[in-house]
Amino acid sequence: MRYAMAVDTRKCVGCSDCVVACQTENNVPIGYCRDWVVEVVDGTFPQLEIEIRSERCNHCENAPCVRCCPTGASHYSDGGTVLVNSRKCIGCGACIASCPYDARYPHPDGYPDKCTFCLTNRVQKGLKPACVAVCPTKCLYFGDLEDPNSDVSRVLKVRKWKTLIPEAGTKPHLYFLI
Amino acid sequence: MANRREFIRISSLGLGGMALAGGSLSLVKGSEVIESLFQSQLSDRQRQRVPTYCEICFWKCAGWVYFNEDGKIKKIEGNDNDLNCNGRLCPRGTGGVGMYYDPDRLKTPLIRTEERGRQTFREASWDEALSYIAEKMQKIAREHGPECVALFTHGSGGKYFGDLLKATGSTNIAAPSFAQCRGPREVAFIYTFGESIDSPENTDIRDTRCLVLIGSHIGENMHNGQVQEMSDAIDRGATIITVDPRYSTAASKSKYWLPIKPATDIALLLAWIHVIIFEELYDRDYVERYTVGFEQLKEHVRNKTPEWAYGITTIKPHIIRETAREMGNASPAVIVHPGRHVTWYGDDTQRSRSIAILNALLGSWGRRGGFYRNANYELPSFPHPEFPEPKRTWREAFPGKYNLATTVLANGVCDATIPSADRSCNFKGWIVCGTNLIETLPNQKNTIEAIQNLELLAVIDTMPMEITGWADVVLPECTYLERYDSIRTGQARLPQIALRMPASEPLYDSKPSWWIAKELAKKLGLQAYFDYDTIEDLLDWQLRQIGSSLEEMQRIGVKTFERDADDLYFADGEAIEFNTSSGKIELYSPDFEAEGFDPLPNYTPHEEPPEGFYRLNYGRGPAHTFSRTANNANLTDIMEENSLWVNPKVASQWGIRNDQYVWLRNQDDITSKFPIKVRVTERIRWDSVYMVHGFGHDQKRLTRCYGKGASDTELISRVLVDPIMGGTGMRGNFVTFVLEDPAAIAADT
Ligand code: SF4
Ligand code: SF4
Ligand code: SF4
Repeated sequence: MRYAMAVDTRKCVGCSDCVVACQTENNVPIGYCRDWVVEVVDGTFPQLEIEIRSERCNHCENAPCVRCCPTGASHYSDGGTVLVNSRKCIGCGACIASCPYDARYPHPDGYPDKCTFCLTNRVQKGLKPACVAVCPTKCLYFGDLEDPNSDVSRVLKVRKWKTLIPEAGTKPHLYFLI
Repeated sequence: MANRREFIRISSLGLGGMALAGGSLSLVKGSEVIESLFQSQLSDRQRQRVPTYCEICFWKCAGWVYFNEDGKIKKIEGNDNDLNCNGRLCPRGTGGVGMYYDPDRLKTPLIRTEERGRQTFREASWDEALSYIAEKMQKIAREHGPECVALFTHGSGGKYFGDLLKATGSTNIAAPSFAQCRGPREVAFIYTFGESIDSPENTDIRDTRCLVLIGSHIGENMHNGQVQEMSDAIDRGATIITVDPRYSTAASKSKYWLPIKPATDIALLLAWIHVIIFEELYDRDYVERYTVGFEQLKEHVRNKTPEWAYGITTIKPHIIRETAREMGNASPAVIVHPGRHVTWYGDDTQRSRSIAILNALLGSWGRRGGFYRNANYELPSFPHPEFPEPKRTWREAFPGKYNLATTVLANGVCDATIPSADRSCNFKGWIVCGTNLIETLPNQKNTIEAIQNLELLAVIDTMPMEITGWADVVLPECTYLERYDSIRTGQARLPQIALRMPASEPLYDSKPSWWIAKELAKKLGLQAYFDYDTIEDLLDWQLRQIGSSLEEMQRIGVKTFERDADDLYFADGEAIEFNTSSGKIELYSPDFEAEGFDPLPNYTPHEEPPEGFYRLNYGRGPAHTFSRTANNANLTDIMEENSLWVNPKVASQWGIRNDQYVWLRNQDDITSKFPIKVRVTERIRWDSVYMVHGFGHDQKRLTRCYGKGASDTELISRVLVDPIMGGTGMRGNFVTFVLEDPAAIAADT
């Protein structure tokens, strides 16, 4: 099993519903977020283009945050999701510094927090991650890359896509449909 | 009035109310019923979910409220069976929890009083506050007539106050959603198709092949069903054409973006009509079968060529032709979207008429991928004595004017509150429920002058919005998550109803509107109009009339019925009687002609910004609804302040950098109270600037949003009134930049 997510930048309107839904689902404190929206404007008036991306942890297959964690608090879990065990965490912050995507934030309770793909609270109960379930434009696709019939596999087959900073060699699993 | 109202910044008052979600019950008289009932229900449901429909905007999406282990509200999710949201709330609806948990909420009734020469509020009991309002209402009724009290309302709670007002003998119930928002479109569609659009719009976006947006910024406005369907349309390869001086989010999803010169849309629409008629792109059979006035229309637009429109709109003729052909090719699965907030330049009904006419030519009304036929669902109303016939209505304040307005003009009531020689009577009392009139009505000076002439201003709200600062009495309403409301009915593809029930007992000493109205009715001796003990009795009675029950709705949240007939779209060749004077779709409007208005729309030039000024455009951001959400922690997290969009050329002329804060001054020399952050962007023309509406609050008690961003409303002092239906055009205001703090400059001199 290999969980992944795809974001359709052609449909995303940048409304940040994914951010708010994650916040209430995962008790992310006000002022912090596990996912966020990036809008890239290109061109000059009136020849313009915008790419809108809902971003989060890439659940990298070769994750620097896991490699650099001295206690094993940051670890690989089911389907390749990268999780943090806050009980093992000593709060050194190495993982936050090592992530090329800036996907982690220091939780006020003293450990790094980030997107979990809602693994235990939703996905393992047969639900989609909160952001995927709420997105009004249905531009987020989630599932198992090893299952050719999963939403994410199907959309990656028919659409052009890219990943962010592939040159960092992290093997990210957040795909952007372009 | 001797005692002029001062704006009171609601300060530390009411902090002594109940603790957040505390266990103790408020012991105010009359409140036991709700709370005890609520208790009995919560115990079973605490760990489950409770149905609601969202009140953060008018879309009223149905959802479920979920709880934490400790029984406190955790999150709200959409109801999968709801046709308005299909299981997906928008960011504001998802963030609705922030409204419930907002520590700045109104907590207890307040009454204006004078202390050592300064006006202030004191806390009051419900009994006292309601008696105060009842006495004032009775005094006004005695001295001037009950119709001199008006209600302004937005949202669900207003219904009960509406009933109360009607019971007193006043039908002056105004919703800013008409004259400050969608009125022109409703009137235009009524006089073309015999039907208004209403809400939610019956646009069949999910099945369209071509969607044309005229200044309508779907995706920034999160009108949920529309956003969802536009996304479906993108998936299915529909052509989107966006006409907007700004490269909106929708424009970025469009095949064509027409960066039109502001205030020239009618010229573009007439040129499109010209191409569609003269290139014979229209739906000939539909036009022959259903419409009248085609030949007159054809003559009318004979000279309205794309070349003519180019000089006015700056849109190239070949683009006008190409886009018209796209519409023609997609016909009838094409939507020239009627928009929603359409009070722009004062000729808005005529612009909306052009849109209606274009849709008629393309045969899209009543067709798949165009506009579907609504299924409506109504519930029987609870038996009550007949409402007395009002002696006068607001219309008498405007003899011979705005005859085509279909409902009360909020700004009209405001104007008619200011004494004038040609009126025998003015409004003396306002009840304002859920609408922050200071930020809703244009021309704040006028609004405040009207308020100074009132004998009673009672405000019902959940938050200390600016309007509460002007009130004599402030009543804290509980949020939608803490109350029952009327069953949601209305229009959609299928008949459907939805229930809202409390997910928590009301925090602090706040109360639901139905209870407030009912208690006020008692004080006025009008309890016969509210002849039920609790709202549960009322709702259960209504639901049982249609074979459901409160218990069933508590379980399922929404209930969907079959359509009476299989008639979502017109059948081929179906004979249809339209609800217009001729029974046909009226391309040419004899009714407009009879009222002295152009029977076919004309383009008239509008004033342009003087040197150094820019047209002030405003719109919506996805995370906020007007000023209602401005203080919601979950939503300020997404968008905390608005910014001013400025074209890079303009910015460099002024030497303004990105992220620099500037003040704005308008053509009437009004300067914004607060500075606004500049966003230098290619996404806007050089002749206008843009900001999201609903910011720049100057009520200190709104601790999160006080002083954040600027208010567009305070700069909208010039109002372009639509002579047809009295709408308040708000896009004829021009602003210039003030680079240094005007307060500091004033202090220096
Ligand atoms: S909820 Fe969907 S449309 Fe909105 S920002 Fe997130 S991914 Fe984009
Ligand atoms: S995106 Fe960052 S936090 Fe997530 S797995 Fe990769 S390196 Fe770790
Ligand atoms: S569109 Fe959003 S704010 Fe409006 S009712 Fe639906 S969820 Fe609530």
